[in-house]
Amino acid sequence: MADIQLPMRPMEAHVEANRCLYCFDAPCIHACPTGIDVPAFIRKIADGNEIGAAKKILEANILGASCARICPTKVLCEGACVLHDRDEKPIEIGRLQRHATDFVNERGIHVLKPPQKKNGKRVAVVGSGPAGLGCAAELAQLGYEVTIFEKSKLPGGLNTYGIAYYKLKPQLSLEEAELVQDLGVEIRCGVEVGRDISGADLQRDFNAVFLGLGLGNGNQLGIPGEKLPEILDALEFIEQIHTNPLHQIPIGNQVVVIGGGNTAIDAAMQSVRLGAKRVTIVYRRSEAEMSAYEFEFEKAKNDSVHFLFNAVPIAFVDVEGHVAGIRLGRTHTAKSGKLEMIAGSELTEECDMILKAVGQEKQADILRTIFPSLQIGADGVAVRDSLTGATNIAHVFVGGDCANGGREVVNAVGEGKNAAHGIHTFLTGERASLPTQPSRLGVASGASGCGLHHPIRAHELEEQWKRARAAEDGGVTRG
Amino acid sequence: MADLSINFAGIRSPNPFWVASGPPSNTAYQAHRAFESGWGGVVWKTIGTPIVNVSSRYSALDIGRQRMVGFNNIELISDRSPEVNFQEIAEVKKRWPNHAVIASLMCESREQWHEFVRRSHDAGADGIELNYGCPHGMCERGMGSAVGQQPLVAERITGWVMEVAKIPVIVKLTPNITDITAAARAAKRAGANAISLINTINSITNVNLDTFASEPTVRGMSSHAGYCGPAVKPIALNMVQSCAADPEVRMPISGIGGISNWRDAAEFMAFGAGTVQACTAIMHHGFRIVDDMIEGLNAYLDEKKMRSVDDLCGRAVANVTTWEKLDLNYQRVARINHDTCIGCNLCYIACEDGAHQCIDLLHPDSLGLDLGPGRVPNKHVPKVREADCVGCNLCSLVCPVDKCITMVEIPSGKSPMSWNEYQAKVASAEMKPLPPHP
Repeated sequence: MADIQLPMRPMEAHVEANRCLYCFDAPCIHACPTGIDVPAFIRKIADGNEIGAAKKILEANILGASCARICPTKVLCEGACVLHDRDEKPIEIGRLQRHATDFVNERGIHVLKPPQKKNGKRVAVVGSGPAGLGCAAELAQLGYEVTIFEKSKLPGGLNTYGIAYYKLKPQLSLEEAELVQDLGVEIRCGVEVGRDISGADLQRDFNAVFLGLGLGNGNQLGIPGEKLPEILDALEFIEQIHTNPLHQIPIGNQVVVIGGGNTAIDAAMQSVRLGAKRVTIVYRRSEAEMSAYEFEFEKAKNDSVHFLFNAVPIAFVDVEGHVAGIRLGRTHTAKSGKLEMIAGSELTEECDMILKAVGQEKQADILRTIFPSLQIGADGVAVRDSLTGATNIAHVFVGGDCANGGREVVNAVGEGKNAAHGIHTFLTGERASLPTQPSRLGVASGASGCGLHHPIRAHELEEQWKRARAAEDGGVTRG
Repeated sequence: MADLSINFAGIRSPNPFWVASGPPSNTAYQAHRAFESGWGGVVWKTIGTPIVNVSSRYSALDIGRQRMVGFNNIELISDRSPEVNFQEIAEVKKRWPNHAVIASLMCESREQWHEFVRRSHDAGADGIELNYGCPHGMCERGMGSAVGQQPLVAERITGWVMEVAKIPVIVKLTPNITDITAAARAAKRAGANAISLINTINSITNVNLDTFASEPTVRGMSSHAGYCGPAVKPIALNMVQSCAADPEVRMPISGIGGISNWRDAAEFMAFGAGTVQACTAIMHHGFRIVDDMIEGLNAYLDEKKMRSVDDLCGRAVANVTTWEKLDLNYQRVARINHDTCIGCNLCYIACEDGAHQCIDLLHPDSLGLDLGPGRVPNKHVPKVREADCVGCNLCSLVCPVDKCITMVEIPSGKSPMSWNEYQAKVASAEMKPLPPHP
């Protein structure tokens, strides 16, 4: 299954890198949740120093290779590129990042080296997904001895098991885990904290603990017929693609995907690529309310994926123990903002396979099993200091999906990294140096920081801009 | 439509754009193509006793993706026989009687100069250009820049030429000299009709960091090569202006050096060039570039209500003076237009590290700026501290947005005062010395 985003040819990369203005205090750095010094690495590509570029990227973001492929760059770094305002195409930062990281991967060049001196302190990291790896890599580079506990057979978490195959191959995720191991981090797979080893054990054996558990199983709809064999969770489906030969993956002729997020789009486009003849995304709200990015939505439409908006599942049609369709009710949003089903609007969409992409369970139960006194919010995620990942328990830090409820991979890496800095300050009283560009007068005048702490997002910017304009126009928003 | 035709020291051509002596003017075939494309004149590749060239002859300076910002060569004068060259000049003149064909010559003795000048007449050439400029290959044999660098030698040789010349003689000057006007004055004293400048500059474009050889490489070795192309334009403009402003020169000038488009050409003309010659730009893009040079110059002259090239010629010469005559009381400062600023902060870092530390990055709220193009929430925006700005221009030069940073004159309220006047006033105790910059 071919990559949807192709790698750059060397000359293409050189041409693109030379378009970069090499901004100072660049907005792309502000927009990167891991604070990669984007202009610096692009400058290195322009100078023909791909190895240095890869080092610059991986020092800031150990998952730089996978983020290059899966980051929603249009709303992050590329969305913030100043060239937009010169009416030009933004720099293709994601593809340049892939160019640099592929360069060292393909040649087996190790650009990061474990520090010569260890500080003798030990940290346990629970979960080897993006947050855990981000935290572990940062701690290892700061001289810590880090052990990661992973319940699955393979490390990498979502990046190994849950990313659309046409974006990221699991092999790359495993190679990134090896990068972390090369920094001296031990990854113990097949060990579930809370079952095989307790939170108390970790507190006893380590100076600090980082929880990066991610999210749990897919949510249930709780409607009749949900146990039929052809009804799968979208992430389960993607995991099959990652762990089995492609020709052995069962795929229906008519696939219905339930949900309006990016995972629904991934599942639909994977189904098309595995040979489904008709793929329909069913979403209970309107097109405008979809949480999927617009560019993902566009890609799915280009893949001939059908969309059925304002349709809520009522039941699955069971014919001799197999799914034959889905009963749907049409909805509209009431003035109160509540979603209501329109009486008598029921319809049946025929299908022979269903993929559910309606969110994942929060990890409140498992978090409580590990640390019974850990403070958990009403939204089911761990309560923490957003800058340091510190929780109500000293020595215990948290980050990634189990703390933010589910965001991008790059956010998880950034939170893991922030927590590593939090742990470092907590244990040593020292501040880890951050990749901000130096300035004359510090905060008052000079570089205002990087995205590691307060990442900006282009679409949020867009919203603020529109709101400001609307206010100027006397509260009337123009189309 | 302005009249682009010119009479340059007695040489007429339909427009002031000439192909400079070099690889593009090596053969009749190329001269025909040049005239078909619209060039007004061709200065033939230098004719002399045939030489032998090496293989691998050119090299270039690239910047980023921009190829041939600078260019150099170790190719010598024509490697074809004088018989063939003069015969082809005659052929070309027959087909293009109204276009200018100038024979560029480089000889070894008075007798040979006389012979070649006569053969140029016989071939029907409209003029002769004396190549005293080649910085490589020929100078080692006592020709080219070896002549151009010694005004007295150049004067004597030019004198030999003038003894027999019946058509206008242009002396081509080498820039590889301390004072270009010394060479120009020598040409004037010898009675030459015009000068052309600049020839190429001594150069090496690069070093290969694997082989430690430079390009152009000949079996691992290179040589000092003649530099030209867009990168030399500022050097050429400086020398053309110097000659145009020198009252002891006062002769027609043909401008050469990095001319690639009508603007470059017009700038040379404003500094006194009556014709301009191009070579590297043709080697890069072909003779077709002249089309827009003609159209652009025409449009410019029309826009400025100038009727001919003569109206433009020399218009900027008097606006260059020596530093000590510049007004010390003139003050300009940089202003950043936040409506077009894209937020790259290149102005900030350039001023901060490379100039005078007078741009601040301030919170947009403190400047009363809303979100907008180039504006990111909480991201600081550049603002010039005008009280400290020395008006150096650097920020406006690095700004990647056209007209975003402008240099604005600040009335100082003081009457103009040059360094010379200042020194006189201090000497006469009319004023105290100005305090040093903090």
